[in-house]
Amino acid sequence: MNGVVDWLILHSPALIIAIPLLGAFLTILIGKIGPRIRNVFVIIIMAITSFLILLLVNDVFTNGIRTYVFGGGSTSIESSYAIRILFEIDGLNAFIAIIAAILPIVAIIYSWAFMKEHTGLDKYYTLILLMTAGMLGMILTGDLFNFFVFLEITSIASAALIAFYLDKQNSIQAAFKYIVISAIGALFLLFAVALFYGQYNALNMAVIANNISFTFIDKIALVVLFAALAMKAGIVPMHMWLPDAYGRAPASITVILIGTTLASLYGLFRVIFTIYGKYLFSFDSTQMALTLGVLIIILAVVTIVIGVFMALKQNDFKRMIAFAAIAEIGYMFLAVGAALSTYTFERGAAIISASGQMALKGGIFHIFNDALDVGLLFLVAGAVYYAAKETSLNKLGGLARNMKYTTVFFLIGLAAVSGLPPMNGFASKLIIYQSMFQINPLLTIVAILCSILLLAVFVKVFYSVFLGPKLPKFSGVKEVPKSMLIAMGIIASIIVFIGLFPNIFVENIVTPATNALQNATSYIGGVL
Amino acid sequence: MAFYVPYIAVVALILIGLYAVVFKRNLIKIVIGITFIECGVNLFLITLGYREKSIAPIYTSSPGGIMSLPVPQALTLTSIVIGVAVLALMLSLVVHIYRHYKTLDARKIIGGDEE
Repeated sequence: MNGVVDWLILHSPALIIAIPLLGAFLTILIGKIGPRIRNVFVIIIMAITSFLILLLVNDVFTNGIRTYVFGGGSTSIESSYAIRILFEIDGLNAFIAIIAAILPIVAIIYSWAFMKEHTGLDKYYTLILLMTAGMLGMILTGDLFNFFVFLEITSIASAALIAFYLDKQNSIQAAFKYIVISAIGALFLLFAVALFYGQYNALNMAVIANNISFTFIDKIALVVLFAALAMKAGIVPMHMWLPDAYGRAPASITVILIGTTLASLYGLFRVIFTIYGKYLFSFDSTQMALTLGVLIIILAVVTIVIGVFMALKQNDFKRMIAFAAIAEIGYMFLAVGAALSTYTFERGAAIISASGQMALKGGIFHIFNDALDVGLLFLVAGAVYYAAKETSLNKLGGLARNMKYTTVFFLIGLAAVSGLPPMNGFASKLIIYQSMFQINPLLTIVAILCSILLLAVFVKVFYSVFLGPKLPKFSGVKEVPKSMLIAMGIIASIIVFIGLFPNIFVENIVTPATNALQNATSYIGGVL
Repeated sequence: MAFYVPYIAVVALILIGLYAVVFKRNLIKIVIGITFIECGVNLFLITLGYREKSIAPIYTSSPGGIMSLPVPQALTLTSIVIGVAVLALMLSLVVHIYRHYKTLDARKIIGGDEE
């Protein structure tokens, strides 16, 4: 028995990609037997994948960095041109992988009832599994070209899923916008990969990070990578695809889309902290870290402010949450930028100051919380749409009478997103506020103010959707089916659990992730 | 000078593609712009892999001399395959957009249905 578990842990990086990938194409065959068997099959595939992710994450947190070479062989590369595909998992990947383990399974459970009335569900589930495989590949890979390939797999599958409501014009338009943005982003990523390859003869992130000498070409590559990945992550000047894509896709898809957006954000952090990490930590680079930090802070503040103000004026339930999601991404970005700007010299080495460390911790923690909070809100919006067939805030009203559980879940999501205790959003936002206050009080003021505005946005939604007089149009509305309630319940219970015991979570999962983020040397050491 | 010609072509292709994506209103032209960028990036990869007077790395029948590492070519092949998939998906979306709006002009498509 122990041997089997060991074998599973040993090969889990490959199995995590292979199982959903094979499952995706088997789904079409199994769908011929019957819809019920197909749904069970998809849930089982995803459950196995999530279980393997948790095994792998547990292994990484106890034993340190895991490197998995495809086709076997040693992990070390002696000669300079040994090209091989390898996955490298340290605390940061493992942390993001937990998000990727939770979101798809919730989305699939939710789809059981949510998508029941639609046709073409075989392809729908196939694409969901493909998208999940691509997202996991982006998170686990240690190779830049591989990252590009998985990014494209994810983009193609997501674009097809965003256009799932083919009879609606808006969803096709959103899908077209998404695929154009993704294609350009991915091609620029490939361009940067070529720039690295031309200089260092390597595609492996660790090898590039080890050799990087910060020439002029490296600076160009940094700009190109930053722009491409920030575009995919929905940072403000390049955010216009996000509200459309999030708002027009089926709610279950939006939940996984959040995961892919965060995977792109992870890629951005990996580029800044690991590939350019050696240079960031070198003696004469604090100027560069400061410039980068200030740039990120400016982008983040703009992202937060624009996200919140655009959310205030929306009339569509899902678009409003999408703009709130943009603002939430701004918070993570803000914390990381602030941390970068606090690089100082101490005993010959550049390190992040204590408050910067705190900010980094808060930012990383917030990635997890954002995925859950915004995901829960989208699921609630989907449930309201399922029950009332309406997403316009002007026409909805008085639904709390008929949909008790959904109302409770919305309240949990509302409190979590706007950072109210005792939800998880409060835990991470408090860390961000505290640390930011020591770095620059102005940033804290902006952050808190926007958080309060977010509360205002969602209180307005709460009032106009769930409270108010009973509308005759919605008198026949019933509570949504069990599978949707279970999906929302899973996320809501994790939110409340983290909100009540944030320390367990921060110490065991967030701290290894922030340590891994700052420790480029050990990431390099995992390969060389 | 001849050495730089491919790189100039790369920059030109990418810039023309970006121009088309940003300024053109016709959706088909936007798609063509993206293929231009893709061609530019692929050409860049191929150019990086070129070594003067090198031969294909087939060890069993090598006449001697420098062999060029085939990694950039492999990357380009992968990228072309992915590019075709993206292109097909984009064009199929354009077909659907045309069915709904009866136009390909991006300016007339903004708005859409608010049931």
